[in-house]
Amino acid sequence: MAEDKYKWGMAIDLDLCTGCQACVVACHAENNVPTVGEVETTRRRSMHWIRIERYWHGEGSELRAEFMPLLCQHCEHAPCEPVCPMYATYHDPNNQLNIQVYNRCAGIRYCGVNCPYKVRHFNWFDPYFPEPLNEQLNPDVTVRRRGIMEKCMFCVQRIRRAREEARALGVPFDTEAVKPACVQTCPTDALVFGNLLDPESRVAQLARSPRAFLLLEDLGTKPSVSYLKRGESYVRTG
Amino acid sequence: MSVLDRAESRPGVARPRAEEKHRKSLLLDPRPQEELNTMVLEAMQRTGREYWIVVGVLVVLALAAFLGTWLYMIFSGMGVTGLSRPNYWGTFIASFIFWIGISHAGTFISAILRIFSAEYRRPITRAAEMMTTTSLLVAASFLGIHVGRVWVSYWIVPYPNQRGLWPNYHSPFLWDEMAIITYLIGSTLYLYLPLIPDLAMARDRLAGWRGKLYRAMALGWTGTEGQWHHLHLAIKIFSVVIIPVMFSVHTIVSWDLAMTKSIGWRSSIFAPYFIVGAVFSGLSAAITVLLIARSSMKLHYFIREEHINGLARLVLIFSFVWTYFFFADFLTEWYGGDAAGHTLITLQTAGQMAPFWYTMLFFNIVVPWLTLWNGRIRRSPIALLLITIGINIGMYLERYIIVTGFLRRNHMPFNWGDYTPSIVEIGILAGSLCTFLLLYALLSRLVPLIPVWEVREGQLTHSLRRVGRATVPTIAELEE
Repeated sequence: MAEDKYKWGMAIDLDLCTGCQACVVACHAENNVPTVGEVETTRRRSMHWIRIERYWHGEGSELRAEFMPLLCQHCEHAPCEPVCPMYATYHDPNNQLNIQVYNRCAGIRYCGVNCPYKVRHFNWFDPYFPEPLNEQLNPDVTVRRRGIMEKCMFCVQRIRRAREEARALGVPFDTEAVKPACVQTCPTDALVFGNLLDPESRVAQLARSPRAFLLLEDLGTKPSVSYLKRGESYVRTG
Repeated sequence: MSVLDRAESRPGVARPRAEEKHRKSLLLDPRPQEELNTMVLEAMQRTGREYWIVVGVLVVLALAAFLGTWLYMIFSGMGVTGLSRPNYWGTFIASFIFWIGISHAGTFISAILRIFSAEYRRPITRAAEMMTTTSLLVAASFLGIHVGRVWVSYWIVPYPNQRGLWPNYHSPFLWDEMAIITYLIGSTLYLYLPLIPDLAMARDRLAGWRGKLYRAMALGWTGTEGQWHHLHLAIKIFSVVIIPVMFSVHTIVSWDLAMTKSIGWRSSIFAPYFIVGAVFSGLSAAITVLLIARSSMKLHYFIREEHINGLARLVLIFSFVWTYFFFADFLTEWYGGDAAGHTLITLQTAGQMAPFWYTMLFFNIVVPWLTLWNGRIRRSPIALLLITIGINIGMYLERYIIVTGFLRRNHMPFNWGDYTPSIVEIGILAGSLCTFLLLYALLSRLVPLIPVWEVREGQLTHSLRRVGRATVPTIAELEE
């Protein structure tokens, strides 16, 4: 059956992000992302598929933090894809998603080296879900074992489920209703998800906004995630 | 009676210095063939108590530090290394590049010097070729050590399989694998071909298990005219074919890094830069190994000061060339004007990598440039041993800086991170050195370390002639 074409994308409004980390928790719960504990986290081995990058500006009383949620950018020209010898990371042509096939991964970590956003995570040890976390594992998502890479896939299980439900009910697939866990959870609606091929979708409109920019655009990766600039840099003074 | 002997017998004529030099480097003091054979065979069978103690220690270390640590890492997970998020590659890849580099010595000394008819190469080719094969085996094992799930690493081999998957030929890692397999097969054959007459020589003189082994390995060599013809032809073909393979291997290894988007790595100069570095470290390692083999196996007749001297000159030249490439690479990053790239320069000159960086410059540039121009130092075994070991420390640090240092910085400052190799990684690195030495020590007692027939051939075909005041070595082409 020929599948419809989609290009899933996200728009992240940096003005609206409060850095509350709700998306991080939601992602962990939805995707069976293991928590690694304090020690491993200080060794930068945390596995947040979406993370809030915190940059400090100013000094003294002027000191302020700026937050930037960072998740897999689902690049159209993804640097991680050609370097994998196993096709473990490959481009889903129908959904324009950057998919990690866990079973094919041998853990060469080439993709992690070549990802300019550093959003790929390696399972350094076998995952550990202490009681009662093991009771809440999502049955739609594989639990990964040690030695393989994993990363955000825009909750592809939710996209598939929504599409198949629509097909079963015989109703048109409402792409606006699909929401990855982070988008669903964001209390300020800073994250917007949708089909970029549909020009009327919210995410496509936001991506066309004059505030929109792509992260590390000069590398030519063509990310599917657009960021909306923060106020100071956007509001013209005078 | 050659021209030389007539010259020698002329009374009252002192031999000029140049003539003396040629006489030494070309081994123009022939001894009876049987004496040469006996010398090599005795050296091969010299397995005294010291030898077994060394081998025993190496076996224990190789098993414990190399295999044991590796197994521990396989069963507990890659987390026992010091690797973390921006530093997905660490000492394993640095060691891999280092051992691939060492493997360049054999081909360089043997094939390139053979093609250019550098006649002094004759006694030292075998020892260098054996380094190629053994260090390639060690290097290839690092690809397995590096991956997270080594038990599925055979998936990278392209063969029709039930998974219905063909490996991705866009990936430099796959090119790597192809290049290494080709080089391993090629260099093993290239080691084996010139070995056949020597194996036959050993077969004819040894009984017991050695006799049986050499009978099988000598492939029925009897030394007929036809066999020699085929052998010379095969060696000629192989020495031409193996050179591009050698260049391709390190080119592709450098492309593992240069094909990425990482700052510091995305450099178009990496292929020649890495090849020069590889030959530089390989030649130094060859000198180290030759010096150790010479004194432990009493091969002073075959491996002369002049040979070591010639190699040491090459090391100095490669130190110059390496410095040029190093400087050019540095300059590009400097003038590049990329803010992220500039953090790398600071990291090396004044940051965490500075101790390694300055040590590397000291061993790779300062020491060779200050010492190797001096003929007396080039002829001193102790000095050369120290200098060449130093160069290899420096070259390891170069790979360490390039692989693990440059990964610490990227375009997103939030993701900068440091890296310290864990005891597991250090253990595996030390274990790989022990494995290399062990393989080499075992191999040196299994096959003749000196190509007797090539030495003999050289002694038969060379003579010194005076042209005016100069003394030039001449060669009678017996081969064709």
